[in-house]
Amino acid sequence: MTQSLEKERPSSGDVGSVSYLEGYREYLPSQVNHEAWSSRFVLFVENLSVSFDGFKAVDIPCYGVGHGELRVIIGPNGAGKTTFCDLVSGKTRPSAGQVFFDGKEITTMDESEIALRGIGRKFQTPTVFDSLTTYENLLLALPGNQGWKDNLFRAESKAESANIEEILEKVSLADQRDKLAKSLSHGQRQWLAISALIIAKPKLLLVDEPAAGLTDSETEKTAELLLELAKEHTLVVIEHDMEFVRRLDSTVTVLNEGKVLAEGSMGEMERNEEVMEAYLGR
Amino acid sequence: MNPQFDKLVGSRRAFFALLLFTFVVMPVMYSAEMITVGQINMIGRYMCFAILALGLDLLWGYVGILSLCQFTFFCLGGYAMGMHLAHHGGPEGIIDGNGWKIPACLFVVYPYDVGESSGDALVPGFWKPFWNLPLTVALGLLIPGLASFVLGYFVFRSRVRGVYFAILTQAIAVASWLVFCRNDVKLCGTNGLVRFDVIAPAESLTTFNPVDAKDKWIESHEGSLDQDLNKDGKLDQLDYSIADVGFSLSSDEVRFGLYLITAACLFGAFLLCRWVVNSRLGRVLLAIRDDESTLCFFGYKPYVYKMFAFSLAGILAGLAGMLYVPQMQIITPSNMEAYRSLLVVVWVAVGGRGTLAGAVLGALVVNLLYNYFTSQHDFYFFSWNPDYWQILLGLMFVLVVLYLPNGLIGLLDKVRGSIGLLLRRNRS
Repeated sequence: MTQSLEKERPSSGDVGSVSYLEGYREYLPSQVNHEAWSSRFVLFVENLSVSFDGFKAVDIPCYGVGHGELRVIIGPNGAGKTTFCDLVSGKTRPSAGQVFFDGKEITTMDESEIALRGIGRKFQTPTVFDSLTTYENLLLALPGNQGWKDNLFRAESKAESANIEEILEKVSLADQRDKLAKSLSHGQRQWLAISALIIAKPKLLLVDEPAAGLTDSETEKTAELLLELAKEHTLVVIEHDMEFVRRLDSTVTVLNEGKVLAEGSMGEMERNEEVMEAYLGR
Repeated sequence: MNPQFDKLVGSRRAFFALLLFTFVVMPVMYSAEMITVGQINMIGRYMCFAILALGLDLLWGYVGILSLCQFTFFCLGGYAMGMHLAHHGGPEGIIDGNGWKIPACLFVVYPYDVGESSGDALVPGFWKPFWNLPLTVALGLLIPGLASFVLGYFVFRSRVRGVYFAILTQAIAVASWLVFCRNDVKLCGTNGLVRFDVIAPAESLTTFNPVDAKDKWIESHEGSLDQDLNKDGKLDQLDYSIADVGFSLSSDEVRFGLYLITAACLFGAFLLCRWVVNSRLGRVLLAIRDDESTLCFFGYKPYVYKMFAFSLAGILAGLAGMLYVPQMQIITPSNMEAYRSLLVVVWVAVGGRGTLAGAVLGALVVNLLYNYFTSQHDFYFFSWNPDYWQILLGLMFVLVVLYLPNGLIGLLDKVRGSIGLLLRRNRS
């Protein structure tokens, strides 16, 4: 693997904004060093691009998320935020390039293999299983129980059950335990989807628009939940709501037209002219 | 009693009531001659359909897979049992060059090559394992199980879903019907397997056929017997040994016994399906029905679970077919026709999809109605023509879809609920 990475590559040509590349100077594809970046980044992509009918939805020469980091990705509509998530989680196959996670290449793996390796994902619309109860939804998310034999012959252990109850308590869904997920409110569904991620204990969480369609108090609670999660997991949060992003207070990556435009704190981004232009239109 | 049992059977009271009805009331009514053995036999056959419907309900009601080839798997099991019965059926005396008795139904439609005569007919190799009953039962479960497993592997892995899957399975039903209709596959063509006589559980693989056994017997007694081979009629006995070992399908006791075995299998199949859908795997199956692609991001491989459900339904269909054939005493390719598998969908929909009990109820009710309405009835003001049945069936299906989304089981629940409400009101 190392050899294939170190072999010479054609220069990536348009490498986007210089300001964002500053941070990756030493990890540029042509000089990429497997050990060096896998020790620094839990997720790293190289020359990643995907095009739909000739339209390049994502085109990123290199980009990484550090171990234990909370990273927020923002960008205008159609910037490729969700497509980036799709590429990482295996929902979409890239046209070119590679994705590395936890020191291993995951580019060609399918969704379930990637999930088992430790990437959890929450979708834009909360994806819960409507015909299952709140408790059963979390039951499915328990780690290490994805084989059919396990599911057929073994009931959940006391410890696993207690774990679920504890999390239900934390997201105040305990009184909804035996209700069908389809009867939950939008906010409760969001939290159920996030709880399912917490239960699964992934190394990296991709959270797509957690605050979409929530009331202010629910948004506040979601932010608290994510910040608490960030203590133990690496988090990539995709968000539209600027208030919410400020509240998370962490490194922000700005995507525009499939490319990384800039990277830095939220304050820096607000002063960055390029970013403001992308957001406000020219 | 323990809550786990309650969870398994759903409603304990209903379960024991049905158990009592099937294994006590029916036999008592039969011995009191209130119902004939023919009616018992009919219920037995409809119970086979109920087992078949259970499998489809597991697939369609719980996993959301609409399979339109369940009757094909049913026939795979049915043909296995049919081959066993044909081996031991009459008439005696058509022996091929290898000393095997050629089943009568195969003999009449044997696909001779040019220049071959009836003396050249041979029992095909694949018929031979079905001489033995335990092996037949094993193969009758294994063949449909394996067929559905292999089909499931290729189809579900390549993520063929929904209506495409339904069309594919319907095509498979038509294709296999065409194959079984041909004489050259040596499964007796459109005539099907007939001329059954006995079920022979005692025939082991070592006494593969009577002629072989006769020769061996003569060999072993050579010298002592050559004076008068047939002195004490021992050879005659051997000749007809096949007619003696086993249970005659035409006897009332055997037909009643088959009803009891089928009923036991139905209860067994029901409990097995209940156990599966109550396990955590049952939750995964429901999740697949809801949103298969999201489940992948939880680390599950949905195709494995779909293959499991499809194979289980295939095995249940094979079991149903094996129980059906000795009671019907014939199996023909017409059971494989595409509309037959569609009928199973109607049974499940009428009974109530995704409830298991509904599948059983639907299969029994629709078939009993079929039995009644496909004969001539003269009422006071008009006479019922059997041809009207199709209209009635269609009407029933449309009405259930429009007004009873949960089928007959849903209706029963509603009725029970309102009776309970009335009782409570009267009391207060």
